Amino acid sequence: MSEVTDQGALIPRQRHLHPVPYDPEYKTSVPRSPKWPLLSMESTPSEETGPRFGHSLLGPLDNNLILNFSKDGSPAIGERILMHGQVLDENARPVPHTLVEIWQANAGGRYRHVKDNYLAPLDPNFGGCGRTITDAEGRYQFLTIRPGAYPWPNRANDWRPMHIHISVFGHSFGQRLITQMYFEGDPLIDRCPIAATIKERSQLDRLVAPLDMARARPLDFLAYKFDIVLRGRRQTMFENKLEGM
Amino acid sequence: MVQSLDSLTETPSQTAGPYVHIGCIPSFAGLPGVYPEDLGLSPISDGAKGQIITITGAVIDGTGWALRDAMIESWQPDAGGLFAGRPGADPAVSGFCRFAADKDSGLFTLRTVKPGAVRHRSGMMQAPHISLWIVARGINIGLSTRIYFEDEDNSVDPLLARIEQRPRVETLIAKRTGDGQYRFDIRLQGEGETVFLDI
Repeated sequence: MSEVTDQGALIPRQRHLHPVPYDPEYKTSVPRSPKWPLLSMESTPSEETGPRFGHSLLGPLDNNLILNFSKDGSPAIGERILMHGQVLDENARPVPHTLVEIWQANAGGRYRHVKDNYLAPLDPNFGGCGRTITDAEGRYQFLTIRPGAYPWPNRANDWRPMHIHISVFGHSFGQRLITQMYFEGDPLIDRCPIAATIKERSQLDRLVAPLDMARARPLDFLAYKFDIVLRGRRQTMFENKLEGM
Repeated sequence: MVQSLDSLTETPSQTAGPYVHIGCIPSFAGLPGVYPEDLGLSPISDGAKGQIITITGAVIDGTGWALRDAMIESWQPDAGGLFAGRPGADPAVSGFCRFAADKDSGLFTLRTVKPGAVRHRSGMMQAPHISLWIVARGINIGLSTRIYFEDEDNSVDPLLARIEQRPRVETLIAKRTGDGQYRFDIRLQGEGETVFLDI
């Protein structure tokens, strides 16, 4: 008998749908972008395998940024939100049991980092990182606060829109992805040179999370939905020879 | 019009930014205690079989400056060429490591076991290598490359064979600097630009 399996090579990246590596409006990309073409090749076991992380990795507050850095049980300051979504692959299949990590600025737009000297104060109860592992349907969620916008040194007056950084592993090293989630209605998205490294508007729209009132909890938090698609494996017809036949 | 495909396309990447360490290696970034320890501190644990090696290098931009804010992930098989989770794989080799450039010198260090060779789908044997993924502020989509070793037979490796400009092969080969010691620099741009992969 034969059946369709998805154990073929990784589907090649559609690089034109990703940000351009070199963009003069995002100045740091100028000296950090390769000039020569990438070397393309079909994936090998080195890209088709990858690290797996079990649920035992997680602490009970790892996906709760409101409490996971609290010194005395006090919640972080800011607009309480639920960030949730599903991780899928390009074959529209859920990606279960994969590690999702996020990091972000606090409600004032300040990161807890030695190199961030922005005027906004640190929140003693907010660290700004969290992690979780998707469930059997590829779903994940974080409780956090909405990060503030902040200025950054690029052109004379550039501001980052509110955003949350997100890192996803998938099941193979070649699926590795880091991206950013923006918030519906933020006027700074259209002025951001980092967002603008994505040249196709419909692709940038995929990074803007809609307000999701169906998941908001009255008198507690608003919700934003952010689905993520990782590279898929090519589906192939596979000949299964039954034992003894 | 035609029928629509039922496939999806990958979510676009965005730069990991200058504070990637907060999210990925928070203890390194000065946020101890959020997690018991940073993920991927070492790709091996005590008792890993094979030769223990140390690879040192820097990620260098087009002006010749070593990045202080890069983060790198590595992925490799054990000394026998088996990836973690495969039957018979060395249980002391997770194969995954996260490491950052030093904030002062820009140097990174990867201490691991020298990987074994892995067969390609075509049946060809690939020369031993470690896969790398590099992210940083100014890198809009993570850069993939590989570390090969100058004291291995790289002559029939199918990836290296695809590099038309033969001097560029050298950008993927770690130079032996001592017993179990290697140097591997990653040049993002300019003279000696590393071969980056779309794979």
